[in-house]
Amino acid sequence: MWINDVRVLHIDLTNKKVKLEHRPDLKEWIGGTGAASKLFEELKGHEIPPGDEASPIIFATGPLNGVLPLMTKVVAIYRSPYTGDWGESHAGGRLGMVMAYAGIDLLVITGKAERPVYLVIGPHSVEFKDARHLWGLDVFTTGRLIRLHDKSASGRRSILRIGPAAERGVKFAGVNVDTFRHFGRLGLGTLMGMKNLKAIVVVGDDSTHFGVNPEYTKFYKEIYDLVVGSDLLHKYHDLGTPQNVLPLNNIKSLPTKNMQKSQFEYAENISGEYFADNLLVRKIACSGCQVGCIHVGLLREQFGPEHEYKYTQVSYDHELIFALGSMLETRTAEEVLKLIDQVERLGLDAISSGVALAWTTEALQRGIISEKDTGIKLQWGDTERYLEALQMLAYRVNDFWHLLGEGTMAAAREYGGEDFAAVLGQEMAGYATGPVFYVSQAMGVRHSHLDTAGYSFDQKATEYTPEAALEYIVSEDRRRVVLTSLVSCLFARGLYTWDRIKKGLSLIGYEKQAKHVEEIGDEIRRLRWKLKVAMGFDLDNVKIPKRYFETETFRGKPDPEFTNKLIKMYASHIKEIIK
Amino acid sequence: MAILKVVDVDKCIGCMSCMQACARFRYQSFSLYRAALQVKTRGGISSGFQINTCLGCTEPACAEACPTEALIPRKGGGVVFRQNLCIGCGECEKACPVDAIRMDPEWHIPIVCVQCGICTQYCPHEVIQMVEEVVPHVDK
Repeated sequence: MWINDVRVLHIDLTNKKVKLEHRPDLKEWIGGTGAASKLFEELKGHEIPPGDEASPIIFATGPLNGVLPLMTKVVAIYRSPYTGDWGESHAGGRLGMVMAYAGIDLLVITGKAERPVYLVIGPHSVEFKDARHLWGLDVFTTGRLIRLHDKSASGRRSILRIGPAAERGVKFAGVNVDTFRHFGRLGLGTLMGMKNLKAIVVVGDDSTHFGVNPEYTKFYKEIYDLVVGSDLLHKYHDLGTPQNVLPLNNIKSLPTKNMQKSQFEYAENISGEYFADNLLVRKIACSGCQVGCIHVGLLREQFGPEHEYKYTQVSYDHELIFALGSMLETRTAEEVLKLIDQVERLGLDAISSGVALAWTTEALQRGIISEKDTGIKLQWGDTERYLEALQMLAYRVNDFWHLLGEGTMAAAREYGGEDFAAVLGQEMAGYATGPVFYVSQAMGVRHSHLDTAGYSFDQKATEYTPEAALEYIVSEDRRRVVLTSLVSCLFARGLYTWDRIKKGLSLIGYEKQAKHVEEIGDEIRRLRWKLKVAMGFDLDNVKIPKRYFETETFRGKPDPEFTNKLIKMYASHIKEIIK
Repeated sequence: MAILKVVDVDKCIGCMSCMQACARFRYQSFSLYRAALQVKTRGGISSGFQINTCLGCTEPACAEACPTEALIPRKGGGVVFRQNLCIGCGECEKACPVDAIRMDPEWHIPIVCVQCGICTQYCPHEVIQMVEEVVPHVDK
């Protein structure tokens, strides 16, 4: 692993070939986002058309995965089939720790299998397994069958799999990781589907010695005590991310009814408090994290007359609650769980799916499209119809649903209704806080709310100017790119200050990187932006749909002048760093 | 003497900090395999966790099976491991009725709990604890 060596496992699905490469030089890029971006450039991933079978998928851990608490994530870098440019998605679960114990620092998957396969990867083995029997099955059934028939190392393995949406090429299909976590956004599932790769099982059964010494053990304890004994992570443990629902609603920042509104009269019903008091059954952690932010709700459903009941465990988070809740005016938490469960089974990206259905509902009401197109009548809050619509979307049942599966904006371009498509690079995340968030997502390198957290600036800034906003965005980006190279969970951004990052790196022999960590972060930013622009992202053509200027936010109705100025300044900044 | 007990497994969040602590303190190792206790799911994460660990037997079958007395019964339950006497035969692994011992493929020694309790200091929910045996007292 990272500390002694850097091991890159290349798997070529076309020729069923495996190659192990030793690349200690990649340490210069720290790991995670940094090392994977560098490798992506070397493999000329940006020159291979999106969706081409040669298009590589790179999974990367970083030097601190498993070494310190909350260093739990894995970064995936690929060319997004959805945007055609930079694809980057992060997932938790067990994968990070398991890859560390499997001695695989970067996993590169190229080519396309002749027939559906799944991979079983261990510290000393790679198996290509027939997955024809799994093709067509939903995400949960796939997981169950793999667990049932592949008994290797229960508890020390991670299972990634895709569902029917990915098999059919829906451009925003995700990858499910260990039932409750995901590489959700920018179509990584789609790319696996194109490669006939149904699932990946990673077994982490090896041991290493990287100098487990008293100094390291002491630092681990220091961090551990902060995690369990301070308030730093309380929010994530207590109500979890859904604690955002009510505060956002109170300040006119909860995207509602396809962004027609920023407040939802039933917000209480779908709040973190309601979920926790009534539906929460347990919390789970990613391996290596003591927080336990994965909130699992109980979906209890009657399936027959008298007292016939079944129950399902569904993990919920703010983004899912907004996309499948307020955005569709879903009035109860129980219905939100039903919609989440459906999205999970089909292997869709929850955010994109909710926003796409919200646009479809409004387009139907405005008569831009008709029931003839959709084959179903959708109405705000009509969960049963939305459950059906999600199926139609995943299975691409007709021309309309096929096109919607290319993305909300792709459908809007064809039918009209671009003005009210809630798309900022990709379907929006759950913050109608103001123009800085809108710009930060529309221009973020992976169009994620987590790129630079513009929503936080909208809420907290005392000096609210485009200049101050850009400074904030850049400083967040600089630190986050380092965190995701370690690879840390971004919930630990308060825990891992620059000083603690440097200390952690020094303890494992990354003294040089610790010393220059800010500069390395800047290099990684530069590389990512260079590649994103090379793949076609047009800095001079960033558009914020009209809807965003019509709806109240915490900062009132966004001022077009402020917004456009920030876009221009941000674009100039990026042009400057990639020059 | 106190014995490691899984007090309430349903509170486990699966962070695996206990396993990492065992490997780190007892074996100075970075490992999930090299941990005397094993956190697993019962059958997928939605089924909940189970923790397989040494039960601290008062008449330990592993010690009885050990031909070299590398493993001997510990006062209060469980075993004491004397590595210098171990020949790596693996009889203890076969004898354990709950599969709580695994042979280390590299070091040829059993990964076995010695009731040191370090794992319990890294459990955020006190799922595992060192517990003194308490015999219920009944008034006659």
